[in-house]
Amino acid sequence: MADHSDDPLKILPLDALHRRLGAKMMGFAGYDMPVHYPAGVLAEHNACRTGCALFDVSHMGQVALVPKSGDVADAALALERLVPADIAILKSGRQKYALFTNADGAIEDDLMVAHAGDRLVLVVNAGNKDADMKILSAIEDAVDIIPIPRALIAIQGPWSQAVLARLGADVAATRFMDRFDLELLGHACWATRSGYTGEDGFEISLPLDGAEAITTALIETGGAVPAGLGARDSLRLEAGLCLHGSDIGPDTTPVEAQLMWSIPKSRRPGGARAGGFPGADVIFDELARGPMRLRVGIKPDGRAPVRAPSALYASPDADAPIGEVTSGSFGASVGGPVAMGYVLAAYAADNTPLWAEVRGKRLPVRTAPLPFVPAQFKR
Amino acid sequence: MLKFTDDHEWLKLEGDILTVGITEHASAQLGDVVFVELPEEGTDVDAGDDVVTIESVKAASDISAPVTGEIIEINHAIAATPAMVNEDPMGEGWFFKMKIEDASQLDEFMDEAAYKDLVG
Repeated sequence: MADHSDDPLKILPLDALHRRLGAKMMGFAGYDMPVHYPAGVLAEHNACRTGCALFDVSHMGQVALVPKSGDVADAALALERLVPADIAILKSGRQKYALFTNADGAIEDDLMVAHAGDRLVLVVNAGNKDADMKILSAIEDAVDIIPIPRALIAIQGPWSQAVLARLGADVAATRFMDRFDLELLGHACWATRSGYTGEDGFEISLPLDGAEAITTALIETGGAVPAGLGARDSLRLEAGLCLHGSDIGPDTTPVEAQLMWSIPKSRRPGGARAGGFPGADVIFDELARGPMRLRVGIKPDGRAPVRAPSALYASPDADAPIGEVTSGSFGASVGGPVAMGYVLAAYAADNTPLWAEVRGKRLPVRTAPLPFVPAQFKR
Repeated sequence: MLKFTDDHEWLKLEGDILTVGITEHASAQLGDVVFVELPEEGTDVDAGDDVVTIESVKAASDISAPVTGEIIEINHAIAATPAMVNEDPMGEGWFFKMKIEDASQLDEFMDEAAYKDLVG
């Protein structure tokens, strides 16, 4: 999702550091962001899979929901009016994935929700921040909605825990989707053991006055390799994770997107708190009927990357497409091209041979199970 | 004789054989090259025809034939190992060789000094 608007790009709190590190910058979701550093996309991708990569994700929105009643359970129930996840069950110090749905049962945004003891802390996509604030305003009766002006970085890869240990932070006792406080260089920080690469790792919220020093220390003392949007995109694609605005959006439903795992029994028909979120009837109806199209992995047979928006066909000479690629790239860990997209449900079974149109030629591809690279979370 | 195009191709003429590749500058701008699709040997091409598709981790780009002639040899090694285009763009990472009839077609292109001025 490159940025084509004429508005001036917003500058990240770590902008000076990116430039000092020699980043190639580009507009993304309204922000001037590092695409890659001198090491290049492939090296940064591989650093994440085999060591530790550091991403600046400060463009994403951090928002606190503070219950007016003082009881986080009330904030959780209020948020459940907007998302189909089970927030009420979320314990202090834990995080989960959720979706803002709309009246059509489609996905306005995807987000993380953490229980921080006396409040919920959300992380939302950069490009949807304003829209999300509008969505959240519907629960102003129950919560104060407070944007959190902090930097956010992700360190990702098998060495992430060791990198934090080198800065004196012992996080060995934490596991996937835990949320906890930690101190880095004397600054109060908080983190979640999560990310968007398929690797073990941490997303760390940093105070603005310490962000640059802490990030520099994670690189210089910790040994994390700075990585940009290019590597982030190929890593999340190999991990089978959706990019909102490409793979999911206001015209795709959680059923089509194969994200029903994020809608637990308690929120489905017959559940303790069934429905009660925007578009619930549409989603339940689609779930009962079966969706017309489904998100699938797509593995090109050859070596040519198949990028979005390539049309997908059931045969080399069929007239009408049966689907479309929504993300495609070179998967460095797979060692070849990888993609994902939507196909009519009849073509969604694994290993279905299809053809993708690339530069006027139809290239053979197959549907493939996601993820392409198995997740390495510390459960 | 070494010449350069506005599209950041380098052209090396030896006798009536022209070797074509992309410059260091172009290779750095493209980023890691992951796929190269080369033309068939024996193809007659006109100046400006797209003859090579190159895919980097960032995007796809087309490389056009700088002049009119026949593609007589392609570099199979870069199809097998696309990273060679980044490692040695001016040498082992060449794309194809053309046989050209009329060397005056090259007159319009930049020499090395002019190209260096262009890319700074």
